[in-house]
Amino acid sequence: MNMLASTLPPAPDRVLALAPVDMAIVALYFAAVIAIGFYLKRYTKTGEDFFLAGREMTAWVAGLSFLAANLGALELMGWAAAAYQYGILATHWYWIGAIPAMLFLGIVMMPFYYISKTHSVPGYLKLRFGEPSRALSAVSFAFMTVLMSGINMYSMALVMKVVLGWDINFSIWVSSLTVALYVGLGGLFSAIFNEVLQFVLIWLGALLIPILGLMETGGWNGMVARIGQNFPGQDYTHLWRTMGSFTDNPMGIHWTGIVLGLGWVISFGYWTTDFLVVQRVLAAKDLRSAKMAPIIGAGFKMMVPLIVILPGLLGLALLPMKLTGEAQAVATGGHSFNEVLPLMLARYCGPGLLGLGITALIAGFMSGMAGNVSAFATVWTYDIYKALFKKDASDAHYVTMGRWCTILGVMVSIGTAYLVMSFLSIMDYVQALFSFFIAPLFGTVVLGMLWKRATRAGGFWGLLTGTLSSIGMWAWVKLDPAAIRFIALSPNAKDMAENMYRALWSWIVCVTVTVVVSLLTRPTPERELNGLVYGCTEVPHDGDLPIYKRPAFWAVIVALVFVVLNVIFW
Amino acid sequence: MREGHGLVSIWFFVGLLLLAYGVLILGAGVYELYVPASRAVVLGELHVGIWWGALLVVLGYVYIHFYNPRRYRS
Repeated sequence: MNMLASTLPPAPDRVLALAPVDMAIVALYFAAVIAIGFYLKRYTKTGEDFFLAGREMTAWVAGLSFLAANLGALELMGWAAAAYQYGILATHWYWIGAIPAMLFLGIVMMPFYYISKTHSVPGYLKLRFGEPSRALSAVSFAFMTVLMSGINMYSMALVMKVVLGWDINFSIWVSSLTVALYVGLGGLFSAIFNEVLQFVLIWLGALLIPILGLMETGGWNGMVARIGQNFPGQDYTHLWRTMGSFTDNPMGIHWTGIVLGLGWVISFGYWTTDFLVVQRVLAAKDLRSAKMAPIIGAGFKMMVPLIVILPGLLGLALLPMKLTGEAQAVATGGHSFNEVLPLMLARYCGPGLLGLGITALIAGFMSGMAGNVSAFATVWTYDIYKALFKKDASDAHYVTMGRWCTILGVMVSIGTAYLVMSFLSIMDYVQALFSFFIAPLFGTVVLGMLWKRATRAGGFWGLLTGTLSSIGMWAWVKLDPAAIRFIALSPNAKDMAENMYRALWSWIVCVTVTVVVSLLTRPTPERELNGLVYGCTEVPHDGDLPIYKRPAFWAVIVALVFVVLNVIFW
Repeated sequence: MREGHGLVSIWFFVGLLLLAYGVLILGAGVYELYVPASRAVVLGELHVGIWWGALLVVLGYVYIHFYNPRRYRS
């Protein structure tokens, strides 16, 4: 779900120069995360400790970690760049593209994940639909996770080169080996501990920009007025008003694509079935904490635009130069969209604060990468190695395998980063590749949880055809660009819209095939669905808790704030 | 979490790091009062480093105080 910063070219001059105090702050951060890894190693003895942090996390820790694993550095810089380019429309990826799905995960889906005691999302598919579905989803997840991790690593190193003048190899190796060390030592325990720390640093490092930016512009209205002066005739500050037509907004997307493609399929697919984020919630200490964690995460997710989107809008209002796309930035020697956040940091932050801001970006990168490698290690160990190669080894053997997998995942990611460096066009395809698997997986999981008539054959063939149909649609548009009028319902649609609609169609294919095949095959006996499916599972209710402790109460509060925010910025 | 097993809370570590960062940033802000930085920043007259550093010191102290492992052992 992160907006990948596209390839950053070498800039003529670096944006920032760090003072000794800034370097000390960055160095202290590296020392702290490694020290936490060594400290936690002694508490990480069993597979449950290493892969699920002992299932002892409080709702707050699991919730903040759930969000931090998604809040990578490229998420910060990429969406700030998107806000400069598209205005407040980028906020859709934080609000309608996240909040309903996170609440749905907490209230509807979490009980089944948690009660089934699965170690992973592919593990749930094994329990519900059998080994072939697990194998398909585990292999695709493992492949995509290390690929995404490598691409994020390369993009981050490139940003550090442009912004700070750091050598790409230095950035890749130092940051990756640090992540490998602390995750390898303490597993998910260490990843979650550090993600909470990273979450706090990201906020404290990035929050100064919106505060000082709004002081400089004289508040929100002053900022809107300045954007109007700088870019007359363009609407950068309304969420929905320009969504009535593909041609009325710079994203080239219609509101149906945002609501059905992003808000329904892509968002629900990512937030409810991507093991990278779901793993954090599975580490919660009890069912109530597991339900509360995504709701807490949703509350903070709604505020993230404050440190990501608002700096992009402030860039539109305040920066003296006009930022451009990469190609133009290379040709003119100017700055690209992707540099808006570092430029705003440089605008306000002197020695010390600049180090904190850069630490926030590095922390974001590491939290995202730690999320990738810890999820990869779990899926590889439990859903591929244990399931397909060595079923009856000891718990200690699987922990050792998990530690080696962490190192292996980082090494493969580094290899991918260098591969991307040689074949930059990979960057253009990765978001599409990612979407091949997420939308159909959501169809399979949600039917598996909510429809007891779904059968093993239905689940497998639905997942397979949904994935293949997504790949087919993508290839069709690549071979014949005019086909976009069929996929995205308009010849004026752009890449973003194509992704949204392709996800929607592949989800529909998956659900249709699952339903048809299920109805044609023998139903699974209900006794085998206990703990896995709605209607066959006794979900503990929260009726005996005071209202302020009930997850549903807080979900309603978050949902109301979500609606109010959309109305305010309509 | 797991304090009962002797594991120090994550919030204690957060407090330690914030306190260290607060001292460094506050120190840099005070130093700038006497030796202005070579690179001027917008709204530099607010001396943001001083109050942001002070905020981090306070936050760090609060976390260290409330999540100090000694409180659980006593």
